[in-house]
Amino acid sequence: MNARVHDIIVTVNGEETRATVDARKTLVDFLREDAALTGSHVGCEHGVCGACSVRVDGAVVRGCLMLAVQCDGARVDTIEGVTDTDEITDLQEAFIARNALQCGYCTPGMLLTAQELLAAGGVPTREQIRVHLSGNYCRCTGYQAIVDAVEAVAKARHSSQGIR
Amino acid sequence: MKPAPFAYAKARSVAHAIELLVDDDARLLAGGQSLIATLNMRLSHPALLVDINGVGGLDRIASNNGHIEIGALVRHAQAERSSELARRAPLIALAMPHIGHPAIRNRGTIGGSVAFADPAAELPACVLALGGEMTIAGPQGSRIVRADDFFKGLFETALTARDVLTAIRIPAAGADTRVGFAEFARRHGDYAMVGLAACARADGQRLRDLRLAYFGVGSTPVRAHHAEQALTDRDIDAAVHALAQDLKPPDDVQASGAVKIHLAGVLLRRVARQLDQVPS
Repeated sequence: MNARVHDIIVTVNGEETRATVDARKTLVDFLREDAALTGSHVGCEHGVCGACSVRVDGAVVRGCLMLAVQCDGARVDTIEGVTDTDEITDLQEAFIARNALQCGYCTPGMLLTAQELLAAGGVPTREQIRVHLSGNYCRCTGYQAIVDAVEAVAKARHSSQGIR
Repeated sequence: MKPAPFAYAKARSVAHAIELLVDDDARLLAGGQSLIATLNMRLSHPALLVDINGVGGLDRIASNNGHIEIGALVRHAQAERSSELARRAPLIALAMPHIGHPAIRNRGTIGGSVAFADPAAELPACVLALGGEMTIAGPQGSRIVRADDFFKGLFETALTARDVLTAIRIPAAGADTRVGFAEFARRHGDYAMVGLAACARADGQRLRDLRLAYFGVGSTPVRAHHAEQALTDRDIDAAVHALAQDLKPPDDVQASGAVKIHLAGVLLRRVARQLDQVPS
């Protein structure tokens, strides 16, 4: 197994997906082009902007800094998947309610990254929210509303003591 | 697809990885958080990537004989959560939140950061400040290289093209260990404009075995020997002054050399205060 093209089996949003990919194909390109999941966005393609954030085996990673071939046997969750399972419905509603998005380009990455922080439990401070989202660029909405939305959900989830 | 075409192979063991690296244009792939970015920008175009992520036994943090051994595939996020490192390697624990962003730390590895040896990266400076050692496996067997001898030049280390860095070994912190860490970055998680990692032992009111390792000021992490001497003598002003002798930072896109020297002095005062604190 030392080739430029590889067969992979990836569990994408709970569904087993088989594909033949070039070794050089990044995970985000695989998701967009082969799996037709275009919610993960391609921004800087060198790990700075966070638009391509997806979850691999439960951890949020840069979809542009991992190769599709490396995900053989892995579980990948995208914004489409966590939307369908209602995992982040409250967060999405808070983003809408507080105008935490305009063009929406950064939003899928913001949501997945924020969810990782929120899933750790407790109510993070605004500073902790900012630090956790520091690797996700927004170039139009501004961060204030995004931090507001994440903070509101943290408080709501905490006061409902995990019942969502 | 942005990278130029390459072949990919998954190494089953360290020995298998070394075997695969016989290809002249082969590169090791660990966390990939620097390498894949350079592939995407076509700054590097290897013929073969040798992926060591599946190699077992390289992702452990172990404590033995007064040392902490960090496996090369330990991810930053794993190190950040480690109570063992917080207790026995507090400098690494202090530095960890400054490395990249959460998504980068979920994937990036300790070994990858040290082996890549970006002169503005936190971990190479920490390893130098701690007087750490690198365990390296190569075609002729295993060897150990001290941090003082490991960082050779810009992105250049004692590793040859067929070597695999397998672990980083640092002395475990004792009750008299004092550490300090600070950096200036334009955005949290970005590469630092200037940073400082420091380690010493408290001896009554004095410090000894002080090691100051700056990053972002040259082509490798840099020891500030004159400042170390002055600070050991408890003269912080002289130590800040001595930095002009120790550091010759070139101008870069972030700041001029003169600004970096100034910032290095500000960081030294902050870190000196940290070194005086008894760990809780």
